Amino acid sequence: MTEAKWSFKRLIELYDEILSHNHKTEIKRELRDEDDLFLLLCFSELLGIPNPVSYYTLELYPSILEKFHDWHLRMGMEKSPLEGIRCC
Amino acid sequence: MSSLLLAVVGISIFLLGYRYYAKFIAEKIYKIDSNFTTPAHKYKDGIDFVPTNRFVLWGHHYSSVAGAAPIVGPAIAVYWGWVPAVIWVLLGTVFAAGVHDFGALVLSVRNKGQSVGTIANKLIGHRAKILFLFIILILVLMVNAVFAWVIANLFVNFPASVLSIFIQIPLAIWIGYAVYKKSRSMLLPSIVALAFMYGAAVLASRFEFLQIDLVKWFGGEETTVMFGLNGVSMAFFVWIIVLMVYVYFASTLPVWKLLQPRDYINSHQLVLGLVILYLGVLFTNPTITAPAVNSGADISMWPLLFITIACGAISGFHGLVASGTSSKQLDKETDAKFVGYLGAVGEGMLALLAIIAVTTFFATGADFSAAYNSFAAASAGGLGNFIGGAGVLASGVGIPAYIASTIVAVIVISFAATSLDTSVRLMRYIISELGTEYKIPALTKAHVATSIAVGTSAMLVLLPEGPNGFGSGGYLLWPLFGTSNQLLAGITLLLVSIWLKKQGRNFMPTFIPMVFVLFMTVWAMGKQVIFDWSGAGTADTNILLFVFGALILGFALWIVAEAFKVLSQKQDPSDMDRIA
Repeated sequence: MTEAKWSFKRLIELYDEILSHNHKTEIKRELRDEDDLFLLLCFSELLGIPNPVSYYTLELYPSILEKFHDWHLRMGMEKSPLEGIRCC
Repeated sequence: MSSLLLAVVGISIFLLGYRYYAKFIAEKIYKIDSNFTTPAHKYKDGIDFVPTNRFVLWGHHYSSVAGAAPIVGPAIAVYWGWVPAVIWVLLGTVFAAGVHDFGALVLSVRNKGQSVGTIANKLIGHRAKILFLFIILILVLMVNAVFAWVIANLFVNFPASVLSIFIQIPLAIWIGYAVYKKSRSMLLPSIVALAFMYGAAVLASRFEFLQIDLVKWFGGEETTVMFGLNGVSMAFFVWIIVLMVYVYFASTLPVWKLLQPRDYINSHQLVLGLVILYLGVLFTNPTITAPAVNSGADISMWPLLFITIACGAISGFHGLVASGTSSKQLDKETDAKFVGYLGAVGEGMLALLAIIAVTTFFATGADFSAAYNSFAAASAGGLGNFIGGAGVLASGVGIPAYIASTIVAVIVISFAATSLDTSVRLMRYIISELGTEYKIPALTKAHVATSIAVGTSAMLVLLPEGPNGFGSGGYLLWPLFGTSNQLLAGITLLLVSIWLKKQGRNFMPTFIPMVFVLFMTVWAMGKQVIFDWSGAGTADTNILLFVFGALILGFALWIVAEAFKVLSQKQDPSDMDRIA
């Protein structure tokens, strides 16, 4: 540690650092776990691991359908290019 | 005797211990090296392994180990007079606790930051790891029962403190969310929370309708409420059930939601409490009225004193914190002396303060002897006397004594509640680990393990009968808590000794305290199990205490056997690689 000049502000900072030390670690751990889960959900199929959430994300199908239809029209395709999605 | 003089002498001995004995241990025994690459650097991951400034690490280490235990133990142990208690706290801290905490830290740093349990597995074998798990299991079970009793007892005796404690829970949850979701600093919100709590304490001390006094609601000691329980028994019963329900939720929630924000508020309380009470000693310099030695004790201080004061003289729990988290964050190996040894010194200072508060509380020596007329009375009333005494000390800095008592009760309950949360959580982990070990998958489920932890703890605290009936006898478990804590310290000291022996160094500085604590434990448990609890002596059989006492005695003998076996072996050169 570089020996900073002793001041009241520095003392308060040190005190805060001591007290929040543990808490910050746990928050970081929580965020890391969340991140790990997110990465797994996004990329598991790319890695050849069956994605456990696709069963639930199927529920999103109706809401994405219209957007998809607009998209393929915009792109100059009259019919849906994907077999799995049958908007028209 | 002037208490200020005692405080000055005590603190000087602690500091001399740090200046000379810790230096000797660091240079000649543990041979710590500032160039050694600590696990914090080697395995740096930004979460568990983080090189941390030694002041920050010390503060964190100290606030993790300091709790209600170094207050309760000394408040009971002054029964034998203040001199034996002070001597044990001073010598224990300098020669046992300091070396133990420092040793656990160095041992873990030299073993990739692993915990004492894993190191036991490596140094002695699988058997040692199982032994270790069972010792911790019994320790946390005792902590749960004892601290549930401590809190219930304080709720019954200091009804003005209840409101503040219950206000703390939603405030802590709010802080937890504010910090997690909006990454705010905890400093200001936690000070506001503390202000609310103390505000509630002040109001509740003044206005009786804010006091949650279950004994009064149930109609006092004379009324039978239900199941043949009187008002006091019923109050104990209700509080213990409430605490167990609370702790079930607290220990299954993520730590950042409740446990840590509460810890944060409690750290303010620790600092504030220590500062106010030491200032109180400085300003008022009260006279110690308690007798130096109690010549008419109904039970000998040998060996009971040495297990009554566990935390504050030597505590195995520190080894868990040192090897569990602190060792992973040590920036330089040389910081281990500062963090480990001074962590123990901080605990010793808390114990010294507890002794001063209790021994200055009574106007005359006769008053003290009347309150401490038997060991049972000392055990049941010690903590209440500490709170009274601390209230008087705090009045030295201008806080009215009746408000100060409520606030001190709030502080002690907060500490005890944190210990309770943490140890129920720890018990859940150990039950899961034993489930994996013995292939019982049901035990690895969080809610199954927590239910078992909470259920057994509740049974244990409710069973012993005290003078106030059902549930009020939890203090009978205190010696069992002390011994299981000493056993844990014994096993850590054994591991450090084995490590030192394998390095070809003098292992006496850790071996002698180990022999001492194990000897006292075996003596105390042997004596109590055979003469007090088995029914063979004059006292009636007490199955509960007998079973737990016998278990602890068995574990202690087991450690002695392991120690004898390992330390009598000739040095095996191939072992050097395993440990280096």
